[in-house]
Amino acid sequence: MKTFLETVLAEADYQPVRLLKILRAVQAHYRHIPETAIDILTDKLNIPRTQIIAVVEFYSFLHSTPQGRYDILFSDSITDRMQNKESLLSYAAETLKVKVGEVRKDELVSLNNTSCTGMCDQGPAGLINGYPLPRLDRPKIDTIAALIEQETPLIDWPAELFQVEETLYKPGLLLTQPFSNGDAIKATFNRGLTETLAEVDLSNLRGRGGAGFKTALKWRTCAVQAATPRYVICNADEGEPGTFKDRMLLNLYADQVFEGMTLCAAIIGSTQGLVYLRAEYLFLYEKLQKILQNRRDQGLLGSNILGQAGFDFDIEIRMGAGAYICGEASAQIESLEGKPGIPRTKPPNSVICGYLRKPTVVDNVETFFATTHIAIKGGQWFADVGTPQSTGSKLLSISGDCARPGIYEYPFGTRISEILSDCGAEEVMGVQIGGPSGTFISNRELERTLAFEDLSSAGSFMVFNKTRNIFDIVQNFTEFFAHESCGFCAPCRVGTSLLKNQLNKIIDGHGSAVDMEKLSEICLIVKNFSHCGLGETAANPILTTLASYPELYVEQLKRSGFSPGFNLDATLAIARHLTQRDDSGAHLSQQVEN
Amino acid sequence: MSGTLTIDDQTIPFSDGQTIIEAARTAGVYIPHLCHRPGYTPHGSCKLCTVKVNGRTCSACTFPAAEGQKVVNNSEELQEARLRITQMLFVEGNHFCPTCEKSGNCELQAVGYHLNMLDNHFPHFYAHRKVDASHPDILIDHNRCIFCNLCVRASRESDGKDVFGIAGRGIHKRLIVNSPTGQLKDSNISVEDCAVQVCPTGAILVKRTGYKTPIGGRIYDQHPISTIACKKRETDAT
Repeated sequence: MKTFLETVLAEADYQPVRLLKILRAVQAHYRHIPETAIDILTDKLNIPRTQIIAVVEFYSFLHSTPQGRYDILFSDSITDRMQNKESLLSYAAETLKVKVGEVRKDELVSLNNTSCTGMCDQGPAGLINGYPLPRLDRPKIDTIAALIEQETPLIDWPAELFQVEETLYKPGLLLTQPFSNGDAIKATFNRGLTETLAEVDLSNLRGRGGAGFKTALKWRTCAVQAATPRYVICNADEGEPGTFKDRMLLNLYADQVFEGMTLCAAIIGSTQGLVYLRAEYLFLYEKLQKILQNRRDQGLLGSNILGQAGFDFDIEIRMGAGAYICGEASAQIESLEGKPGIPRTKPPNSVICGYLRKPTVVDNVETFFATTHIAIKGGQWFADVGTPQSTGSKLLSISGDCARPGIYEYPFGTRISEILSDCGAEEVMGVQIGGPSGTFISNRELERTLAFEDLSSAGSFMVFNKTRNIFDIVQNFTEFFAHESCGFCAPCRVGTSLLKNQLNKIIDGHGSAVDMEKLSEICLIVKNFSHCGLGETAANPILTTLASYPELYVEQLKRSGFSPGFNLDATLAIARHLTQRDDSGAHLSQQVEN
Repeated sequence: MSGTLTIDDQTIPFSDGQTIIEAARTAGVYIPHLCHRPGYTPHGSCKLCTVKVNGRTCSACTFPAAEGQKVVNNSEELQEARLRITQMLFVEGNHFCPTCEKSGNCELQAVGYHLNMLDNHFPHFYAHRKVDASHPDILIDHNRCIFCNLCVRASRESDGKDVFGIAGRGIHKRLIVNSPTGQLKDSNISVEDCAVQVCPTGAILVKRTGYKTPIGGRIYDQHPISTIACKKRETDAT
């Protein structure tokens, strides 16, 4: 193990900030993080072992016990569930003779659920040893099971099993622009750095990651900080269930994203860029590395870029390890420093005190992509599209009940009804805009518009038709937040789990009117008192559906005013297990109907 | 630089670099809290010290005091929310005051009294947590840990060690010990360490000392936490 770790550590330059990279390599090799590896890493990296254990336990893709040699995860997004994921998962468990959440005795295979893998347009999807398995069905499960039983190495599996399709149904303002490598950097230097920042300002571009902060203001604030070095971080951790537009951009337009980072570096005076790539997009890693190398070969990265004396900049890709919260900028920075992704306390903002406590610009993939074209075409060109408060266009990842799930680009201000008609959605019950942390709108609100001032979205757009049960949706989202809460602050750590249990009680028909009040009460505590955006939005699925469909919640309630705080029959489970009884006499009913 | 701000219409001074909670404490104004201790790096995780600063929700323990701030601390809305958050902490772990030797010296219990907490309000999680009694002089009862991070900070910042850490995610958070076995006996902790003394609940206890002071004569039996927390305490870092 020592020799292996020495190689891994050398590749990471013995830097504790690359702890995730190191642990990912250990996980891939030993299928878990063995105790002895923790001992060695503690020693070699000179960090407390508690930090390593905290990181291992924080990230879903790192484990302290061995996983199967073939580790299969099923994406558990609501759209996967709508595409029969549950029955496929059971089928996989049966076929592979392994229980969900467990490792088979011979350690050949393990099977579990995972949060949305960014394949909602081609679900139900899974991951095997980190690589995507889109469009799963029973025949594919049979094929996979056979390959596993024959112990065929992944590299020899049929490529079509892993084939990710990028379907662009409606390219708009940005996706239709012609581009050659270096165009935006040349335009930036020809115009001047200050002048280019003025163009970004004029464009009124706002961050595409969801918060909508004005990009030019962020860059200018960073540029005027006295501290150096300054860092450029590309947030490629789109973990919001239902979003996959950054996947498409990195798969097909990576040069334009890297070029946006490069011109940002020129403007803010940075030499080092980082891409935080979500673990679920491991399949893009090698491809992106090649593109970066190609850009170095073309003089677009490295020293004296495009002959500009003193303009040095390079980009490193760092992989995440499965944690939705790392999409939050300051949590992402913590993760990039080799720690659990716990959002930092503000002030100070990351722009002033970011990566390694230095000034840092963190922007979304789509934001950098947009700045590339703004640098070429100018700010007015961009500002002419959209609404005054939301200029330009927005990429949407459309999934769910529609004929044409995929990528669409719309000018801001477009009506939801128009989008629904384009993607072939019929008999719509409602749309989840901006993912679980966003807004659920019912079919009475389809004339609302896509814009920061109305319905803002980082890119997730999930369509539900009238056959869907609203509670299946809310339950899935609420479970998601409880699973992804980092646990730092009390209201979110405890509150999201309380919400999950309280909602389930009502959905299961055990709720009374008092339980509805408690549900609303927990919602408000979690929303108003949490440390970061995850907690602030975790109650949105309940709050927004409660606003649209109060009658559905009321229908779920028991008629009686009293309802026990616990399930009597479930409490007897341990006694049943101990006595090995499961007959009717070993069960108790607490349903007292009047 | 220094100046004044108002908390619930009371004008109080602050000095440069102070947080709102520190300015308040200096002026004798109590803002409920559990994860804060003077002298330690602010954490901002328990959220009990949430106040409204010029209408905006902030943690008083991390938010810098500034000239002219209008701070709302003692409103009905905030006290109600603090009560609910305290109840969340009670149902998350396993807290049984009558059988806990920290009773009367426990900040969690004292905050509960301060907020007039009469029940747990939420369903219990009945979490399965362990006790680490391996160390000859110190006991960790994980059932009572509220993840305030004070022992982690005290060990690092005052003791110059790194005995504790917090691992896990969400509701599965847990306190861990920096030793090859994970047990406290194999760590370099000693009974005099600040990390041992600072725990606001009965999660970290010194063995064989629990009943030296009889119940009734303990800190919060004598005075409410609202007065104690505004004075300098032995376990403060400064």
